Amino acid sequence: MEAHAASGSTAPPRVRHWRLPGVGAGLGRGVVVLWISLMVLLPLAALTAESLSEGLGQFWTTVSTGQGLKSLQLILVCSLIVVAINAVFGTIIAWLLVRDRFPGKSILNAIIDLPFALPTIVASLILIQLWGNKSPVGIDIALTRTAIVVALLFVTLPFVVRAVQPLLIEMDREMEEAAASLGAGGFTIFRRIIFPNLLPGLAAGVALAFARALGEYGSVLIFAGGKPDTQVTSIFIGQKIESGDAPGAAALSVVLLLLALACLFVVSMIQRWGNRHERSAGAGAGSGAGVTVMPLSGFDEPSADTHPEDQRD
Amino acid sequence: MTSAAGSRWGLRFLGIGYLAVLLIAPLVLIFFKTFEDGLAPPWEAVTSPDGLHALKLTLITVAIAVPLNTVFGVLCSLLLVRHKWKGNWLLDASLNLPFAISPVVIGLSLFLLYGKDGWLEPGLAEAGIKVLFSVPGMVLACIFVSLPFVVRETVPVLQEIGTEQEQAAETLGANAWQTFWRITLPAIRWGVAYGVVLTTARVLGEFGAVSVVSGNISGETQTLPLFVEKNYENFNLPGAFGASVLLALLALVVLLAMNLLKRKEDA
Repeated sequence: MEAHAASGSTAPPRVRHWRLPGVGAGLGRGVVVLWISLMVLLPLAALTAESLSEGLGQFWTTVSTGQGLKSLQLILVCSLIVVAINAVFGTIIAWLLVRDRFPGKSILNAIIDLPFALPTIVASLILIQLWGNKSPVGIDIALTRTAIVVALLFVTLPFVVRAVQPLLIEMDREMEEAAASLGAGGFTIFRRIIFPNLLPGLAAGVALAFARALGEYGSVLIFAGGKPDTQVTSIFIGQKIESGDAPGAAALSVVLLLLALACLFVVSMIQRWGNRHERSAGAGAGSGAGVTVMPLSGFDEPSADTHPEDQRD
Repeated sequence: MTSAAGSRWGLRFLGIGYLAVLLIAPLVLIFFKTFEDGLAPPWEAVTSPDGLHALKLTLITVAIAVPLNTVFGVLCSLLLVRHKWKGNWLLDASLNLPFAISPVVIGLSLFLLYGKDGWLEPGLAEAGIKVLFSVPGMVLACIFVSLPFVVRETVPVLQEIGTEQEQAAETLGANAWQTFWRITLPAIRWGVAYGVVLTTARVLGEFGAVSVVSGNISGETQTLPLFVEKNYENFNLPGAFGASVLLALLALVVLLAMNLLKRKEDA
C-alpha cells in the first residue's frame, strides 16, 4: 500500500510534484507576488517616500512636537486602557460562552462579531446617539476622551474573546479537577492553572486589539470628534490630508505603520511561543477562532505532544 | 458550593452586562431612533437619487473587489500550504499588513501613489484613467483592506485536509485542474466561503480608506458608509439613520452567514 506510506500530513516527497492547476507554481507565485506588491507594498512605499520628502529633520519635528506628538500620546494611552479593560471582560465573556449555560447563549456568541460586521462609521453614529447629548440614559460623553475609549472598546471587543475562546474549549478539565481535589479554591485554580494556559491566546488577542485600536478611524470620527484635545493620530492624519499637508500626514502615517508592524511582530512571537507550548492561538485553532485572530504563523504545524504539567508560568 | 454559585452569577452579571451596554443597547437604539417618526423619512432618504447611487456604488465595489480577492486568496493559500518556498514568510508577513494598518493610512498611501505627482500618475493620466476621486481608486482601497481574509480562512483548512486525496486522484490519472476542481475546492469550500463573507463585510463597510481616495462627492463617489457620514454632517439625520439601519441589517445578515458557515465547517 503506497498510500499508507504517504499518510503523514507533513510533506511526503510526492507533494513537491503537485502543481497548481494549469499554471506552474512559478507562474502562480509570480501573480501572487505581483498582486501583493502592486496592491499593498507599492502604496506603502509611496507613503514612506512622501514622509521623507522634506527630509528626516522635518519628519522628526512633525512626529515629536506639538499636535502630532499629542495625538500619538493620546491614542497610545487610550489604546492601553482599552486593551486592559477588554482583556478582563473578554476573558469573562469567553468563559461564559464556553463553560456556562444560559438561555440565549448562541445568540450572544453570534453577536460578539457585530463590531466587526458593522461599519465603523455606523458604530460612531450609534454610539453618539446612546452616549451623546440626546442620550436616553442622560450620560453625555460625546466629544471627550472617554468617548475615544468607549469607541475603541466597541471595535476591539471581539479580539480577546475570539482569541481566548478556542483555548478554553481545548483546555483539559482534568487539571482543574485535580487541583480542586487537592483543595485549591476557585481563584487559585484560575490563577495557577487556567490563566497560564490562556495566556498565549490572551496576549495575542491583546496585541491584535492594540494594533486595531491604534489605527481606528471611523468609529471615533463622529463620536469623539476632532477637537485638539480629543484628536487621535488617525483623525489628525485625516485633517492634514484635507488641509493639503501630505508630507506631515505621511510622517504620522509611517509612525502608525511602524507601531502596527511592531504589534504584528509581537503577535507572531507570542504565537511561536504558544506553538511551542502546544496551545497555539493560531495554527490548529484555525478558522474556528473566528474573525479576528488569524493564524499568523499559519504554516507551522502545531506540535502534537502535550505536557500540561510543564505549564507553570 | 454557594460561593461557586455566587461567583458564577457574578461573572454572568459582569459579562452579559458588559455586552448589553456596549453592543446590544446601541444596536437596539439605532433601530428605535430610525423609525421614531415612522418608516417614511428614512425610506425616502435612502431611496433618494443620492442614496440609491451610494447603494449602487457600494454593490459595484463589492462586485469587483470580492471576486478578485477570492481568486487571489485561493491561489495564495495553495502556494503557501502546498508549495514550500523560502519567500513564503515574506508573503505571509505582507498579508498581515492590511489588518494592522489604519484605514486612513491605507487611503493616504493610495492617494500618494495615484495622486498628483504620484509614481503611477503620469502613466495613468496618459492612458486617460482617473483613479483618485473615482471608482477605480475606491475599488483599490477596498481590495487593500480586505486582501487577507480569504487566505486566512483557507490556509488552515488546506492544512487540515492534507494531500492524500489529491495524490490518490493524481494516481488515478486526474490532471491538476481536475484534481483542483473535484478534490481540493470541494474540500475547502466552506473555508473559502467564510473568507468571502468576511471580505464582503469589510468591503461593504469600509469607511476610512475609501473616504480619503474618493473625495466623498454626493451622487458620484459616495458609498453607503460615506453617505452616512455626509448626511450626519449636513444634519440630515433621516438619511444618516436610514443608511445606517440598512448597513446594520447587512451586518446582521453577515453574522448569520458566519454562524451558518462555521457550523458547516465544523460538521
